[in-house]
Amino acid sequence: MSPLLAQVQIHQRTQDTCVSDNGFCPGWIADNFDRYVDPFFQHVLLTVVAVAIGFLIAFSLALLAYRRRWLVNPITQVTGVLYTIPSIAAFFLLLPITGRGFLTAEIALVSYVLLIIFRNILTGLDNVPEDTKDAGRGMGLTDRQLLWRVEVPLALPEIMAGLRIAVTTTVGLATLAFFAGAGGLGEQIFADITFKSNVVTAGGLAVLLAALLDGGILLVQRMITPWTRVVAAR
Amino acid sequence: MNQFVDAIQFIFNEHESPAGGAQVGGLSNMWDLMSEHLQLSVVAMAIACALSIPLGLWLGHIGKGGFLAINVSNVGRAVPSLALIAFFVAYIGVGFTNLTLALVLLAIPPILTNTYTGVRQVDRDSVDSARGMGMTGAQIVRRVELPLALPLIFGGIRISAVNVIATATIAPLAGVVTLGDPIINVNTYGDEGRLAAAIVVALLAVATEVVLGLVQRAVTPRGLKLEGGGHRWRRLAFAMPNNRREAST
Repeated sequence: MSPLLAQVQIHQRTQDTCVSDNGFCPGWIADNFDRYVDPFFQHVLLTVVAVAIGFLIAFSLALLAYRRRWLVNPITQVTGVLYTIPSIAAFFLLLPITGRGFLTAEIALVSYVLLIIFRNILTGLDNVPEDTKDAGRGMGLTDRQLLWRVEVPLALPEIMAGLRIAVTTTVGLATLAFFAGAGGLGEQIFADITFKSNVVTAGGLAVLLAALLDGGILLVQRMITPWTRVVAAR
Repeated sequence: MNQFVDAIQFIFNEHESPAGGAQVGGLSNMWDLMSEHLQLSVVAMAIACALSIPLGLWLGHIGKGGFLAINVSNVGRAVPSLALIAFFVAYIGVGFTNLTLALVLLAIPPILTNTYTGVRQVDRDSVDSARGMGMTGAQIVRRVELPLALPLIFGGIRISAVNVIATATIAPLAGVVTLGDPIINVNTYGDEGRLAAAIVVALLAVATEVVLGLVQRAVTPRGLKLEGGGHRWRRLAFAMPNNRREAST
């Protein structure tokens, strides 16, 4: 139960001199890479689920606020408070209510990304040029058609930028999810925080995951917004 | 709900530690933890500001280094704070100084990026008029670019300050006894101590955000408030300027 009990000094129970001297040991990493595989995929799941749910909620809120402007300030303030509460505190505040585990970690992570995604979606929608919208209306589009065929597509660069920020931040925060009993790479970092090989491997995997997910979203963005490349080429 | 009541009682009354021996909890114990927490955060923020604001002003003024000033934030976001602190513990060592250094690294990117962006988004006409009035480069920075960039600079300081306060919670891993101590060393403080610390950390972060938000509003030049109105917050959105559409607005 206590995280401290988990804190076994991996590197002090070995014959390998590189490891017991706490060096950086590629050999040890190669032999022990297994121990990072499951936490890595737990980390992927924590991140992807949090950003996906966060996106659905934030997208609905942004559409609502786009049509009813008075909602912008209250939504920004509420999501702002959720964004400000440190996730490590949020995990323990939720613990008496939702217990240890994946759910608690997800609630905290989702509440953190709402503001980031909400703001970027709204900024994207607000930045759609008025002329373009007029042209759409002139073609006889209804409000709903205008939203899905003109405004949302033109807001995609900002929306995707918001997702990229949300994803990289969530990878970082998910390293603390083990405090809520949800595993992830943070649990490995914490397992022996003084052991260089361990810290570099677990931390490096987290950075790699952030870069991969970030690059993945960028790739999707390039594919679904081909027109931005034409603008860039000019 | 009982657990929350116990946690509140922990903040106000001393208890015997579940591990036996020492007394934990109570206002003076919480105050000690909080003052260490604040000291660490304030020192780290002061150093980060002293380094990144002048650099951001200079880069923004000469209009170079934008790639660096903006991407430092993207890289900074990708490094988990736990990984950064673990890296410091494993390679550099524990203690107040080392941890402060780690927090400074964590705090620099948002301030640097926002300062640079703040200076770059100053209306070029304002800078040209200042130059036409015979101001030197240093005067332009101090009297035109800095005041007009202040709201964004404070936006960056807010992001960093909240992040530093959140990260100072895991400081006990590096041997600094902050409000995170009851969270990390639950055997000493008990479950109610851990929940109490979580409550205090959350309140501290929200208070910091609110106070800095008020400061940010106070330092916004009147002209910007008038011109901006409901439009102003847009510029404070989480930006990733390297792949934004340029055509609009």
